[in-house]
Amino acid sequence: MEKLPAWADLVLVPLISLLLAALISALVVLGIGGDPIEAVSVMVKGALGSAYGWGYTLYYTTSFIFTGLAVTVAYHASQFNIGGEGQAQLGGLGVALVLLAVDWPHWSVALLAASLGAAAFGAAWAAIPAWLQAKRGSHIVITTIMFNYIAAALIVYLLVEVLRPVGQMDPATARFPAAAHLPSFGEIPGLSLIFSKQVPANISFFLALAACFAVWALLWRTRLGYEIRAFGKSESAAVYAGISPTRVILVSMLISGALAGLMAVNNVMGEAERLMQNASEGAGFIGIAVALMGRNHPLGVFLAALLFGVLYQGGAEMGLWTNIPIELRTLLQGLVILFTGALDTMVRMMLVPAFRLVAARRIGGAA
Amino acid sequence: MDYMTLIEILGSTLRLGTPLLLACIAGLYSERAGIFDIGLEGKMLMAAMASGAVAALSGSAWIGLGAGILASLLFAAIHGLASITFRGNQLISGVALNFVASGATILIAQTLFGQGGRTPPLTGEARFGPITLPFAEALSGVPFLGPFYGRVISGQSLLVYLALATVPLTWWLLYRTRFGLRLRAVGENPESVDTAGVSVVRLRYTAVALTGVLCGIAGAYMATSLQAGFGREMTAGRGYIALAALIFAKWRPWQALWATMLFGFLQALALRPDVIDAALPGSLTIPVSFLDALPYILTVIVLAGFVGRAIPPRAGGQPYVKER
Repeated sequence: MEKLPAWADLVLVPLISLLLAALISALVVLGIGGDPIEAVSVMVKGALGSAYGWGYTLYYTTSFIFTGLAVTVAYHASQFNIGGEGQAQLGGLGVALVLLAVDWPHWSVALLAASLGAAAFGAAWAAIPAWLQAKRGSHIVITTIMFNYIAAALIVYLLVEVLRPVGQMDPATARFPAAAHLPSFGEIPGLSLIFSKQVPANISFFLALAACFAVWALLWRTRLGYEIRAFGKSESAAVYAGISPTRVILVSMLISGALAGLMAVNNVMGEAERLMQNASEGAGFIGIAVALMGRNHPLGVFLAALLFGVLYQGGAEMGLWTNIPIELRTLLQGLVILFTGALDTMVRMMLVPAFRLVAARRIGGAA
Repeated sequence: MDYMTLIEILGSTLRLGTPLLLACIAGLYSERAGIFDIGLEGKMLMAAMASGAVAALSGSAWIGLGAGILASLLFAAIHGLASITFRGNQLISGVALNFVASGATILIAQTLFGQGGRTPPLTGEARFGPITLPFAEALSGVPFLGPFYGRVISGQSLLVYLALATVPLTWWLLYRTRFGLRLRAVGENPESVDTAGVSVVRLRYTAVALTGVLCGIAGAYMATSLQAGFGREMTAGRGYIALAALIFAKWRPWQALWATMLFGFLQALALRPDVIDAALPGSLTIPVSFLDALPYILTVIVLAGFVGRAIPPRAGGQPYVKER
């Protein structure tokens, strides 16, 4: 098949994929008796129309950046990590254990320790599927999905039987110490001028931005990143160049799990301030859509995470104010994954004739 | 544990193993033809919703079954389009369709019935009821085998027997017919099939369609027989467990039967914590969460290959390009 210009491949193909997914969702909305135009306006207004909306949008964006980066790093090593959900839940466990263990004097120290705990627990949860893939050839897609279910059961058990304080009814840990409270956007000097209401977006948003840069530097500016990408492109060529498959699979999956785990700093430490059931709320799965939509590049992941933040916050508002169920989000998310990840050839095939026409006209014009 | 308790657990093993068996055989056709299908889960879920909804509206389990098969076939067609025609990533396509199914089922059920994404409870003709096999009453006095025949083999729904029948049928189709030979060949070495003048694309679409039909029956069974109606996320990972059972069975039909029944037995056991606690020494109890996670843990153990090496069909997951 003919190649498209680089800009079309990077920008146009994802955008058209998104448009197709939106189009089908609009048809579904029509089919269930809703008004797609009203839905879009409620979504955009709810997500971007006020500082309050932005506060939620950026809160979701933060989570999706972490899980999107997690999928990205694994994807470059040709590993499809669908276990971000379980790894994020375990990351939450790491955050809770760290924050409840010590009476932290200041949030900055607590943030550092909690990040390490979240990353370590997330990485540990990815380690077993990674090892099984590297050593036993067990399919990482199925093992990571199974580990999502196992993580959910484990967290329920720990919250009900072990971590729940005496006398408390709901299955959750105790509240984290007040000194470990992360500054939200309403409490950061400068930003507080914009965010006057209490919003969940917090300082970990900047941690997510730093993670974007770190992942970019890792993948494109270090020897390890080169090994990961080389292995992902061609396993046999990588082996021939002296790259160890076991090492690349293990290391990339550990980094991936750590990034998914780090998401807990945002939702468990920054927002809920205690560990509850199903804290990650499907953000681990959205990471797949974010990574595919963002073409597995940190900058793309950031933009796609922002887009999904809008969809998520807007979708919640839509569920509140219209008769369209909130599950439209899941449908749209699936369609985005389908079009950007599996049907991208179809989109390219549609574009090739258009570009051929443009090229022909340009040559004709020159003559 | 006394014999009658065992009989009860075996009965529910067969009931819980049936959707796994149907999904596993469904995956077998697809994967033997060289198409990975992570989307068994989504197809079952769509079928469960469609059959639950249509059975509730029409009052007929049969029409419900037909609707379930159609819904599942639609998803199979999209997966075929993405992975055969457009040579896309088969894993991603399957995962995507699972999400689409997860969202679409609740959207449609909520719109139709407004009961929080469930379908109304089914009764009477809208469900596939138990069928009593001949001599079940007469043989009930026979020690040991009588109760086994009367309570495990007999008294299941029609779809359970249908699922069991797919096992020898699939064996015959795969190993004793020309279609089966070609199907296996297209999963191992599509070039050879192409050279022989047989269409790779048509064979693979046929396999994907068979997967769709069987997943449709599996989903319809869940909503119209195992339970009385569709509920949110009611397949609960059964599609993935079926895939693990398929690997355990090394992509062979009879072994698929034993593998899925093993998983069915575990699920049946998870429903009876009293039996397990009674079997444990002293006052030891097993946390319910652990029992919930047990089928998933076993799936990982199976995949880890501690049960022997499993070699998948060689061309699995690779789109076929006619000329390079």
